[in-house]
Amino acid sequence: MIEVSDLTVRFGGVTSLDGMSVRFEPGTNGLIGPNGAGKTTFFNVLSGFVKPATGSVTAFGDDLLGMVHFRRARWGLRRSFQTEQAIEELSVYDNVAMIHEHSKIGSADRRSDVEGAIAIVGLESVAYTRVNTLGAGQRRLVEVARAIVGKPRLVLLDEPAAGLPDAETAHLGEVIRGIPEHTGALTILVDHDMSLVSSCCSNAAVLDFGKMIASGPTAEVLRDERVVRAYLGGEAAEGVAA
Amino acid sequence: MSTTEQIASPPEQGKTVQAPSRFPRSYAIRAVVIIALLLFVVLALPSLLSLYYVDALTQVAVYSIVALGLGVLVGRLGLVSLGQAAVLAIGAWVAARLLFGTGLPYEVVLLASGIITMVLGTLVGLPALRMRGLYLALITLMLAGAITVVLASLNFPNGGHGFSGYNGALVHIPPIRRPGIATSDPAFFRYSVIVAAVMFVLVVAHLRTKPGRAWAAIRQSEPAALAAGVNTTLYKLWAFALVSFITGVAGGVLAGAVRYLYSIDFQTQDSITLLAVVLMGGAYSIWGAIVAALFLQLLPALLNSWGLSPDWLTILFGIGVLQVLTTAPRGVVEQMPKDLAKLGRLIARGFGRTTSKEVA
Repeated sequence: MIEVSDLTVRFGGVTSLDGMSVRFEPGTNGLIGPNGAGKTTFFNVLSGFVKPATGSVTAFGDDLLGMVHFRRARWGLRRSFQTEQAIEELSVYDNVAMIHEHSKIGSADRRSDVEGAIAIVGLESVAYTRVNTLGAGQRRLVEVARAIVGKPRLVLLDEPAAGLPDAETAHLGEVIRGIPEHTGALTILVDHDMSLVSSCCSNAAVLDFGKMIASGPTAEVLRDERVVRAYLGGEAAEGVAA
Repeated sequence: MSTTEQIASPPEQGKTVQAPSRFPRSYAIRAVVIIALLLFVVLALPSLLSLYYVDALTQVAVYSIVALGLGVLVGRLGLVSLGQAAVLAIGAWVAARLLFGTGLPYEVVLLASGIITMVLGTLVGLPALRMRGLYLALITLMLAGAITVVLASLNFPNGGHGFSGYNGALVHIPPIRRPGIATSDPAFFRYSVIVAAVMFVLVVAHLRTKPGRAWAAIRQSEPAALAAGVNTTLYKLWAFALVSFITGVAGGVLAGAVRYLYSIDFQTQDSITLLAVVLMGGAYSIWGAIVAALFLQLLPALLNSWGLSPDWLTILFGIGVLQVLTTAPRGVVEQMPKDLAKLGRLIARGFGRTTSKEVA
């Protein structure tokens, strides 16, 4: 369980996260909100790239913000980025293996763990192919394999489906839905594709201008009047309500 | 029904689906080719060439190590250092001092100059922890300038006493000692090729394992590397330490190769030329380092023997870098096979045309 309380992040005069408090339960959680709502800033706080002005994050009883950034991977934090981060010069296997190397698990089961993660995302046939020869959809799957290898505890996925065609998004959704079952990790999914979010996430939280405006079961959250207004803008929402 | 058939059919229609293997047969072929090439260079080459070219190729061996190191920094980590010639000078200085001052075996001296240069060269790399790109290039260039100034006032050891080992009043300067098994020029050439091969193996061993993967992650994106659990500070310093070590060893070989070292021979701008040839050869490639060293040391020797001034090379390297940056970002090593393949297709097409005409 991830307990976020009173998280505030300021960049100069801009408040990106404004007293964000929320609790993420085990399973796959959606984190949605319009552009600039603070979703990626929240991920960056969890990764240690942004220091919050106030607030705390307790992950499975550990103070996440107290850890040095690169040690958080060792603790079990994984994330993907909006920009593609699979390492082009390395094979799919090496891409995934390097995450395993820097986790706290020994090398004894490395090969089977890495091949297992590659199999979960369905890239066995290209396991020893260099990433720079793969297509965009496959590269995203490499990133997901990197996120789920080596017993992660918390997986953050930042817009994994952005720019993918529908068929590849569908496969990605299947893989994401399998993460809790395969790894036991709590997953937080940020995406603008609402059908992906509602098909993957039992619970969702909504950020708007750095404030948590709703959280709870995904279906209810997506029907919430404040959420509709945040997404469509004030006037349009009034029209919908009328 | 029809869709499942469509999905199922491609693997059957295609070639045989190969079971993924970590060590394909091409690795074994490559290993055999490399060993054969190495044996040819060490055993046969010196007897085929005049001493003039043997000496030039000894320099190629030395500078292939230096180029390999710079290639690791630029190609694998994306860190541009313009101080590598100065790091080489440190290695040469330390080795010369130890060779004059002690009776240590040459190999021990190489190891020592590698380790001492590693410590000093890692200091040159410290700015890289906070910056990259143009600023890092500028800072390393200025550090290289500082080292050049210090070496110019300190002078290279020439058999004198004291810390500097330099005696300006010496009339008969003794040559720098060579290893007992390699006193002649051809023998020293063989020796330097073997040292270079060992350094290449050391670097390849790094690139193929955990540090190499961590460096690739850093090059791709530092935030992503951190998120992957890579201690980027440690691995960047590790890279500078490794590169400084091999460059220091190269300096030790250089000392024995030229036998008389003068600070005038180590110029700050050499580091810039070095970067140019490394980019031309291919910073990402192991072979690129050898090509870079051939550009840097064999081309001047060739021009000299043809009665042309090697100064023309500055212009040639300038054009070469421009060409590489615009059309072949992976350097000559990766571009050549592509161009040759293109040429081959062109020739094949030409032949095809003539034969079809003949038929007609």
